[in-house]
Amino acid sequence: MPSPRYTREIPSRYRLEAGRCKGCGKVTYPARTICPSCRGEEIEKINLSPRGKVVTSTVIHVPPDDFLMEAPYAMAVVETPEGARLMTQVVDCEPSTVLPGLEVSLEFRLIRKEGKSGILCYGHKAVPVA
Amino acid sequence: MAGIVGYGAYIPRKRIKADEIALQWGKNPETIKRGLLLQEKSVPGFDEDTITISVSAGRSAIARAGIDPQKIGALYIGSESHPYAVKPSGTVAAEALGIGPEVHIADFEFACKAGTEAMFVALGLVEAGRVDYAMGIGADTSQGAPDDALEFSASAGGAAFIFGRDDMVAEVIETYSYTSDTPDFWRREGEFYPRHGGRFTGEPAYFKHVLAASRAILEKTGLKAEDFAYAVFHMPNGKFPMTAGKQLGFKKEQLDTGWVVPTMGNTYSGSSPTGLAAILDVAKPDDLILITSFGSGAGSDSFVLKATKRLPEVQGLAPTVRSMLDGPRQYVTYGEYAKFREKIIVNE
Repeated sequence: MPSPRYTREIPSRYRLEAGRCKGCGKVTYPARTICPSCRGEEIEKINLSPRGKVVTSTVIHVPPDDFLMEAPYAMAVVETPEGARLMTQVVDCEPSTVLPGLEVSLEFRLIRKEGKSGILCYGHKAVPVA
Repeated sequence: MAGIVGYGAYIPRKRIKADEIALQWGKNPETIKRGLLLQEKSVPGFDEDTITISVSAGRSAIARAGIDPQKIGALYIGSESHPYAVKPSGTVAAEALGIGPEVHIADFEFACKAGTEAMFVALGLVEAGRVDYAMGIGADTSQGAPDDALEFSASAGGAAFIFGRDDMVAEVIETYSYTSDTPDFWRREGEFYPRHGGRFTGEPAYFKHVLAASRAILEKTGLKAEDFAYAVFHMPNGKFPMTAGKQLGFKKEQLDTGWVVPTMGNTYSGSSPTGLAAILDVAKPDDLILITSFGSGAGSDSFVLKATKRLPEVQGLAPTVRSMLDGPRQYVTYGEYAKFREKIIVNE
């Protein structure tokens, strides 16, 4: 990911900033300027709760180059209490145990490194709640 | 008067047992466990570093302080494993914590006492009235060379403390620092692993500075060991802090709560700060607490703190150190540990 794009995404990646439509209440992550549900243009900024439930998941055995050392690992669509959905890695657990309905917390983690000498890209990953 | 208004800690879930490391290098695990008083240590995953540990600990500190992070006017992170050689850990942490951009940020380095250094400066700015709140963090993903005694102790974790003048959970009664040029442990620029002076790290380094700083702050405050409910000293292994504590007149009951090293390991800059967080997790109003750090090179910072009546109200607002030490853990083999610590060379 080029550094400028990564920088622009800091609010959503670092602080889970999302948008809520003032008209219909639809929450979008990352925030959009026009509501995909009612086309409303009044969007308020909210921070997602750092927790949620797995909606669906899979285990990656053949990963992209940057994630080779981490395979096998679980990827999941997680829904937060606000109704926003995000695709994230689920870590600190056996990948095969990540199934729909699993309660997770969202923790700040290193996502990937831009090669050996590039920038470090941070964001959130899911961790099963004990 | 200023003091701690919020605190938090973070310890990764991955662990490696001392037996696993000893067997790898043909050493007797019982000798290691008896000699260093270490059972296991935390291991950072691929996705955990000083920055992520600082953010997790910082979020807990903000939750306990109950303040708007925008009011934090200074953020200092002490570590000897900052992920970047050039680019501050603090800027990433501040963005993630919702602090700034009106904030003063710096990364500190002083071997294992960089954490209390950050706390010391944060406290000073608050006492001076320069800022309303300041956060000091000590965090590390410590390095230890393969087959070195350090490999049994070098672990990952850290703690964050927010200092302020109102709604304190612990008042800072006094501080004291003691420093000298002592080459007991070092890592030259560009080197991957630190080196140390073996037995020279004991009497002329750790004990000289820890005992001098602790004795001086006791004299400065007119307090005696028996006046304290708790004390915590830097924990390079299990033995040194217990020996130092006993030489200062502290009893095992006063030292046990903050003595987290047997199952956490030495989190370098996060060591004594995490011990302090473990104490704050259980301390009661009016309890007196002594913390003395040690950083090779060498120096010690001492703080005398007094818990306030607000402390019990915030203890349950974030995970406790004990819940992370005794909670869900993932044990790794030496091979997995070598992979996570990037000790294995792979093709690009």
